[in-house]
Amino acid sequence: MDIGKELVLEMYRKMHRIRNFEQKIKDLTTAGEIPGFAHVSIGEEATAVGVCSALRPTDRITSTHRGHGHLIAKGGDVARMMAEIYGKRTGYCKGKGGSMHIADFSLGILGANGIVGGGIPIATGSALAAKLAKTGEVTACFFGDGAANEGTFHESLNLASIWKLPVIYICENNGFGEFTPTAAVTSVKDIAVRAKGYDIPGYVVDGNDVFEVYRHTSEAAARARAGEGPTLLECKTYRWEGHVVGEGAFISGKYRTEEEVARWKARCPIIALEKAVLESGMLKRDELDRVAQQAREEVEAAVQFARQSPLPEPSEANEDLWI
Amino acid sequence: MARITFIQAIFDGLIEEMERDPLTFVLGLDVTRGTFGRAAGFFERFGPERILDMPLSEAGFVGAAVGAAMAGTRPICEVQFASFFYCAFDQLCNQAAKLRYMSGGQVRLPITFRTRCGAVGGAAAQHSETVYPQLLSVPGLKLVMPSGPADAKGLLKSAIRDDNPVVVFEHLALGGAREEVPEGEHLVPLGKAAVKREGKDATVIAIGAMVPKAIALAQRLEAEGISLEVIDPRTLIPLDEEAILASVAKTNRVVIADEAHLHGSAASDIGCMIAEKGFDYLDAPIKRATAIDAPVPFSPPLEKAVIPGEAAIERALREILG
Ligand SMILES: Cc1ncc(C[n+]2csc(CCOP(=O)(O)OP(=O)(O)O)c2C)c(N)n1
Repeated sequence: MDIGKELVLEMYRKMHRIRNFEQKIKDLTTAGEIPGFAHVSIGEEATAVGVCSALRPTDRITSTHRGHGHLIAKGGDVARMMAEIYGKRTGYCKGKGGSMHIADFSLGILGANGIVGGGIPIATGSALAAKLAKTGEVTACFFGDGAANEGTFHESLNLASIWKLPVIYICENNGFGEFTPTAAVTSVKDIAVRAKGYDIPGYVVDGNDVFEVYRHTSEAAARARAGEGPTLLECKTYRWEGHVVGEGAFISGKYRTEEEVARWKARCPIIALEKAVLESGMLKRDELDRVAQQAREEVEAAVQFARQSPLPEPSEANEDLWI
Repeated sequence: MARITFIQAIFDGLIEEMERDPLTFVLGLDVTRGTFGRAAGFFERFGPERILDMPLSEAGFVGAAVGAAMAGTRPICEVQFASFFYCAFDQLCNQAAKLRYMSGGQVRLPITFRTRCGAVGGAAAQHSETVYPQLLSVPGLKLVMPSGPADAKGLLKSAIRDDNPVVVFEHLALGGAREEVPEGEHLVPLGKAAVKREGKDATVIAIGAMVPKAIALAQRLEAEGISLEVIDPRTLIPLDEEAILASVAKTNRVVIADEAHLHGSAASDIGCMIAEKGFDYLDAPIKRATAIDAPVPFSPPLEKAVIPGEAAIERALREILG
């Protein structure tokens, strides 16, 4: 493995940060402490972290309704994220956005998105700007398997192909769009083959293997920076939790089996990383445990920060629309 | 008559119409499982040929409804949130709305679009808009906005039988509301307003989820000796101008309560109609209680500041009651 110890520890830290953050969001939403809809990404951490670890700080991402993991992986501050999800004034968007709309433009996070497929053209435009300004920046565009059926996906891939844009399309295929199995509404088994229609490279990637995701993204980023154009990476993964926290209110009955969920839990991306680095002797158990403990504490502190932060004043509803 | 919820009433109407006409079918996201309410056995009753789960392809399936209607069927197309119509605007506004007219009246487009709209607490701007104002200026679409279970059933049934494209907006906040709903053949005609409460001092014209707020206010102000009339237009296109003007002629004062943003709202449109046709009835300026012109923010206190509540209607009323 050509990945140094420091980077591996950083990957591990981010994956734990995401896992803890999402678990908190789930618990606090269930307890009624957090308003609105929350979509958590437990089980999908390796994709977010593998991709963002291969990016530079000046590179950009677009994200989705299930975006907490992407944001944390790109360096998002968990305290300001948590405060936003609480609807507090200290949040990233001063309480105007909430869970589905967190952005940090200073970190190249162009925003989560409430509209499925909404971020794909935005990522494409971001890459167009990088090409025009010759900055060498790459844009990574996260979206789900469901979004790959939106027109925006197809139009964007075509644009990026004809202009050879420095963009990496990352389809997180978790097998479902809400409660509908992907296979029931999608023409192909692998979204990656759609790359062929736009004459760009497309790869199926094990989205639960952070190193494989990292390797593929690094290659795609190198191609993008060399002016060779876009890549489509389809990361196969699974969301352990429901589509939305408290999904029982939206659906009765089952849309997936306990066995399926158990099978994917047995392929936990965090445990897979641990196994790999312990077996190779790169890291020791106590080094990992220390990082995991820190991640827990950071998230705990983020909750305290969010709880203690003030709500916005009603008059603030009138601010930020115009410059 | 059974006391049932808004969602149950919608499904009662849907099932009755689907049984009545074998050319009806439902298409939309997750419709076999029913994301926002369901009826037991709905899918089993009509099966996969008449209840079709769509991929996330709003432009595609809204347009497919148009084509299927042209070819003789009667699609009932569900767009989960009204804001997602923006992903399908061409098919809705350029195709569904215009093609009968542009073909010189050759074609019938009997499509019912079911959609959910409005602010429900913490859904943020891309899931909370009313969207019907954008469609008010697209001739060729009928716009329906029920305020309770009985109207929801009766209006939906009429919408499905209508040979034009009709968009039925179900306000998310009304989903759990309960009311006595007539069983069987209960049709509410499109273009007929309802007097939800009689009064003499002022008229509140309330749209959708603003109706229960206006009624609550009317009940409260009764103690002060103020008598409010509450009119629910029920359909924005066609609009029952006669009923609105008759009420204004009686009370001489009017507030229009609409959850849409002020500019371009249905309230603005109705207000202008009253100014043109009912000016002589008025003893005070027409007032609008609407959302302010800002996207609906996520944080609950901000959302409350943007969306008009009972207090906003009351403020507007106090200004004209003198
Ligand atoms: C245009 C649009 N249509 C529908 C929705 C409602 N919706 C939110 S998430 C979702 C499923 C998305 O599936 P996918 O893209 O696979 O992402 P996942 O939720 O699986 O991460 C749907 C249908 C939406 N937000 N935007």
